[in-house]
Amino acid sequence: MNILQKTSLSLAVLTASAAPALAQEAASLDDRVNAAFAAFTGPFVNLIFAPFPGTDFPWIVLWLVIAATIFTLYFGFVQFRFFGHAIALVKGDYSDPDDAGEVSHFQALATALSGTVGLGNIAGVAVAVGIGGPGATFWMILAGLLGMASKFTECTLGVKYRNEYPDGTVSGGPMYYMSKGFDELGLPGGKILAVLFSIFCILGALGGGNMFQANQAHAQLTGIIGEYPGWITGVIFAAVVFAVIIGGIKSIANVTEKIVPLMGILYVGAALIILAVNYDKIGWAFGQIFEGAFSGLGVAGGLVGALIQGFRRAAFSNEAGVGSAAIAHSAVRTKEPITEGFVSLLEPLIDTVVICTMTALVITISQQLIVDPATGLFVLNENGSIATVNDVSGVALTSAAFASGISWFPYVLAVAVILFAFSTMISWSYYGLKAWTYLFGEGKASELTFKVIFCIFVVIGAAASLGPVIDFSDAAIFSMAVVNIFALYFLMRLVRKELNSYARRLKSGEIVKFN
Amino acid sequence: MTTKLLIGLDGQSSGDRALTFAENLAKLIGQAELLVVYVIEWSPYSFQTPEENAQRHKRREEEISTAMERVVTPAIERLEASGIKAVGMVRHGNVADTLDQIAAKQNASQIIVGRSTESSLSKRIFGSSTANLVMGANVPVTVVS
Repeated sequence: MNILQKTSLSLAVLTASAAPALAQEAASLDDRVNAAFAAFTGPFVNLIFAPFPGTDFPWIVLWLVIAATIFTLYFGFVQFRFFGHAIALVKGDYSDPDDAGEVSHFQALATALSGTVGLGNIAGVAVAVGIGGPGATFWMILAGLLGMASKFTECTLGVKYRNEYPDGTVSGGPMYYMSKGFDELGLPGGKILAVLFSIFCILGALGGGNMFQANQAHAQLTGIIGEYPGWITGVIFAAVVFAVIIGGIKSIANVTEKIVPLMGILYVGAALIILAVNYDKIGWAFGQIFEGAFSGLGVAGGLVGALIQGFRRAAFSNEAGVGSAAIAHSAVRTKEPITEGFVSLLEPLIDTVVICTMTALVITISQQLIVDPATGLFVLNENGSIATVNDVSGVALTSAAFASGISWFPYVLAVAVILFAFSTMISWSYYGLKAWTYLFGEGKASELTFKVIFCIFVVIGAAASLGPVIDFSDAAIFSMAVVNIFALYFLMRLVRKELNSYARRLKSGEIVKFN
Repeated sequence: MTTKLLIGLDGQSSGDRALTFAENLAKLIGQAELLVVYVIEWSPYSFQTPEENAQRHKRREEEISTAMERVVTPAIERLEASGIKAVGMVRHGNVADTLDQIAAKQNASQIIVGRSTESSLSKRIFGSSTANLVMGANVPVTVVS
């Protein structure tokens, strides 16, 4: 009997015996986990989302948007100028056939995307639209377009300053470009930043990359098979994650890595079908998005409320400026680190501008958000969110919106959510691990410690309720961005040097096209 | 002028027969050089986990050295023992496309391969590498059964 069979058998026994008898106790266990978690993470969350003095605008949102705008201007709208070149790189037009067998640009992009496309696009957008109204979509798209420049900057550096070990494996990411890049420029403090980033990256991996995923996967499951304690989902998920990252059962990861892109295509396909059926409402939906973007249409906080939600969820979804993608992209072996930067700028576009917008349009068109017919403004519930038809939020709202168009789609969505959640967890377990080994050194025992902690957090995430989990997830991921972007401001001139040199050689024909 | 023959091996018994055929052919031609090629099926458009990506370069080196050791080098030694000039290489890619590209680049006058050994299901869906090579190649192809 292999590990997987053993775990699933003991799980079956566990759940069968525990479920009915402990249901009562379990509900209170969930509550206890929740209360303890909220109390523990509260101060950290409050610090990250503290308003900019004198306003009610969280400073962190400003931090991300200003950075993305600065990178966009500093690199002369690189996301538009090199967009075509990025596509050519992904197609393999510039790949040397002698390098066949190495990680291709396409593979690096697909791997990074499978870490970002997921619940942020399905649940996160529903949260944004549920609180900020359709107008949040406008700010989300804008944040996505600007975020392309942030991704470009961090991924170029990620490849340029990664570690290559004698055995041929690589480790890269912000912690490496912080320490090596600062050294190169003769600046002090690179090492301190790297350590700080690593700590936040571990928290981010446990929060957004883990607990939020487990939490929403559980929400999706209860929506279909009825209420049951969250820790059961947590234990099952933790067992599968355990089997992959500790048991080394590659087949599970391989299967999900192949199904996840298919699910992504299916998701966008279903959204397109719903939009096609309701084609007469698309104009109206965009109207709502634009009107809501500047007036708020009655949501809490008006324009600023919509803007904060849009920016916040976009950043959470595409992770531009966060530094996680720099870890994923650094595996590519290329003579030109900047080519990986070009490829990575497609990520926020696919993730935010395309997929998130699809979700937002479907939610808007399905009219799940309750509007006061007299004023045309949204009706708010007691939490300050927009009231919805079935009083749902997060992934359940997306599910209800899709169900209004395709009645059986929630089942497909449930499978998609679980797989997305799973693949995101696998990706983030790697990001977290890289940060962990940067701090504590590479080695079997150190790696195992992190992986076990990671599995425990899966259970906590599934048992806690959405509010505290999403706050902590955001806070952890955004705190990565605080350190990362700070470092990027110092290192961006290194990227510009690369960009200028590459652009010149591309123009002169020194960079050859192979296909 | 030397005639270049490209022989594609897959480490199977049909490949051995193809090698024997090529050896005889080379002897008949007289001034012939054999290019012994092993292609590892690989696609740049597959999906991988971050961990697999990080280890990819190492795996690639391992794959190449294993193929060299087990298939290509023994074939070269056998050919050289019977006095035929032979060069070996291992490449990653689509088997049919890669063999054809190498043949074109090296000016090989023909490609010799063993009959396909893929399982019948994948053959039904994607066609076999041999069949694809026969249909797409720019030089004559000899298939040895």
